[in-house]
Amino acid sequence: MKVRKEESPYKWGMVIDLDRCTGCGACVVACHAENNVPFVGKKLSGYGRAMHWLRIERYWEGEYPNVRARFIPVLCQHCEDAPCEPVCPVYASYHNAEGLNAQVYNRCVGTRYCANNCPYSVRYFNFFEPHWPKPLDQQLSPDVTVRSKGVMEKCSFCIQRIRRGKETAKLEGRMVQDGEIHPACAQTCPPEAIVFGNMADPTSRVFRLAQSPRRFRLIEDLGTDPVVIYLKGGGREYVK
Amino acid sequence: MSNNQENAPKSAEALQKELTSSMSRPTWKWFLLSGFLGLVIIWGSIAWAYQLRTGMGVAGINLPVMWGFYIISFVFWVGLSHSGTMVSAILRLVKANWRRPILRGAEAMTVFTILVAANFPLIHLGRAWKLLYFIPLPNQRGLWPNFRSPLLWDIMAINTYIIGSSLFLYLGMLPDLAILRDRSTGWRKKVYGVLAMGWRGTDHEWRVFARASTMMAVLIIPVAVSVHSIVSWDFAMTLVPGWHSTIFAPYFVIGAIYSGVAAVITLMVIIRRAFHLEAYLRPLHFDNMGKILLVVSLLWSYFYFAEVLTIWYGHKPIEWEVFRYTIEKYWYLIGLMVFGNSFITIPALCFKKVRRSIPAMLVLSLFVNVGMFIERFLIIVPVLSHRNVPFVWGHYIPTWVEVSIMAAAFAGFALLYTLFAKFFPIVSLNDVMEGEHYKSEVRLGRGRLNTIITED
Repeated sequence: MKVRKEESPYKWGMVIDLDRCTGCGACVVACHAENNVPFVGKKLSGYGRAMHWLRIERYWEGEYPNVRARFIPVLCQHCEDAPCEPVCPVYASYHNAEGLNAQVYNRCVGTRYCANNCPYSVRYFNFFEPHWPKPLDQQLSPDVTVRSKGVMEKCSFCIQRIRRGKETAKLEGRMVQDGEIHPACAQTCPPEAIVFGNMADPTSRVFRLAQSPRRFRLIEDLGTDPVVIYLKGGGREYVK
Repeated sequence: MSNNQENAPKSAEALQKELTSSMSRPTWKWFLLSGFLGLVIIWGSIAWAYQLRTGMGVAGINLPVMWGFYIISFVFWVGLSHSGTMVSAILRLVKANWRRPILRGAEAMTVFTILVAANFPLIHLGRAWKLLYFIPLPNQRGLWPNFRSPLLWDIMAINTYIIGSSLFLYLGMLPDLAILRDRSTGWRKKVYGVLAMGWRGTDHEWRVFARASTMMAVLIIPVAVSVHSIVSWDFAMTLVPGWHSTIFAPYFVIGAIYSGVAAVITLMVIIRRAFHLEAYLRPLHFDNMGKILLVVSLLWSYFYFAEVLTIWYGHKPIEWEVFRYTIEKYWYLIGLMVFGNSFITIPALCFKKVRRSIPAMLVLSLFVNVGMFIERFLIIVPVLSHRNVPFVWGHYIPTWVEVSIMAAAFAGFALLYTLFAKFFPIVSLNDVMEGEHYKSEVRLGRGRLNTIITED
């Protein structure tokens, strides 16, 4: 069998402007609804079993009463050089031509090695068979597989929406246009802090935003080369 | 090598009778022990079945600590398996004459501990029923296991080691199996006959046997070293602060030999007592094993010191945080480990009196293995608890499922070993007889000296 390297005109990427993020959590809810992320419950969440493909990390700065909260939405960084990929013994975690760090649920055997090697801890394991309390079980998205117990899952950049966008574009004989595909989190974000698009296109909004001098990437010194780019928030320390 | 207990060489008949005392008709005590071990194994199997049915959530693992007691047990049991073959191979190669009664027990320990260890990666899998995905089977989708993953190296290494150490054990047993075939009747004679592969004890056979034993001993050492290096690379190849370290491979190999030598000593004490082999496993043997344990203990302590020193001196924030957290939360475990593995063991083993005292050696060897279990716990749990992202820092509490499966592992090993001792001589007949054969008394002035004369 001849192996051919796949190529793609798309390199999906994301920009998250922390100056705009209010930490409202709408993206988390949207992600749960779109991607059939299982419900875990209070007790198990407290023991580190919570599953949120996208989570709002909250850090407190300063001492009371001069205390302020900082928010940072953290999702799979879709690293170009992802530490989770080489360690998977069965290729369940792999990189596709569009720069997505993909997870094949059917192939996953559940060694959880990828989760250990992910510096961002954004890989979630199905410790139990997934379940949703009523009436949430009525709203599962038909486009997304429900993952069984024992497999690893994580943010896919709403790959089902990317697929649909590409199919529509293909039918119309054109490329996917900028702003045509929105993952659930970007679509929901009230202050538009999350922007998604094609990093390979220098005219795209996401590419232009990513050139900002405020840009940084999480734990960049590890050399994982993430495609999620954060724009530094701040400056409000001086606002009383 | 002199000793004052033994005088005239024993007859082959008497020797064989004494050495195969473990193979006598089982008593009610034996049945009671085996039954109890069997029950523990059944209980562990029930726990595993429950885990398979319900999900990995019944174990204590969680988001930051994705690996728990199963991987700790895996490393622990692979570690135990290290010395048997290694010690036996090295002692064979240096022709240490005191090795003879120890070899078989040590080699058998290797085979059974590695068999127990091999279960843990499977138990730890989220979807254990998909085990086939690990095996490079040709399929129409062209899917292949990922040879870049240290876990796959691990599977290869463990399987190589299981095959290698089993062959090593079997090869050393060939002449003994022939003796058993000649002495037994009924179905046993048939089984031993097949296993002995027509061994007749001709000169040519013995020559080939000696050559093959030496060759196996030489070949098994690099395998043993590579196996535990690969186990360490499961950790060292990651980006996890506290794991990503070059010292891990040699450190793990030494740790493995350390726990293995200690386990051999523990087993020597038990075998000696249970099968009345006081005449064969003498204080001399404990003395010599104690010296090996002392050397390995010094090496282990040095490696641990070197690892901790670099973390402390470098003071890299994230690595230091992991270490700080370990000290803060598990100070009593670190204390127990360093006490059991270094502070008590090293000074105590310097004294001949301690090394020749069997109760003292039993206590020390148990200390070492408790310490080594803690060491593996400290390598895995605290490191995973505090990784790069402070928001997901957590902790780990093992559950009854994990503890039951671990208990079953101990019971499984004990049962396999007991059964082995019931069907095969736990002390090597041919090696001991060879030793007796070489033994003679030499007049030296007025005195008589017990000596062992060997051809080189």
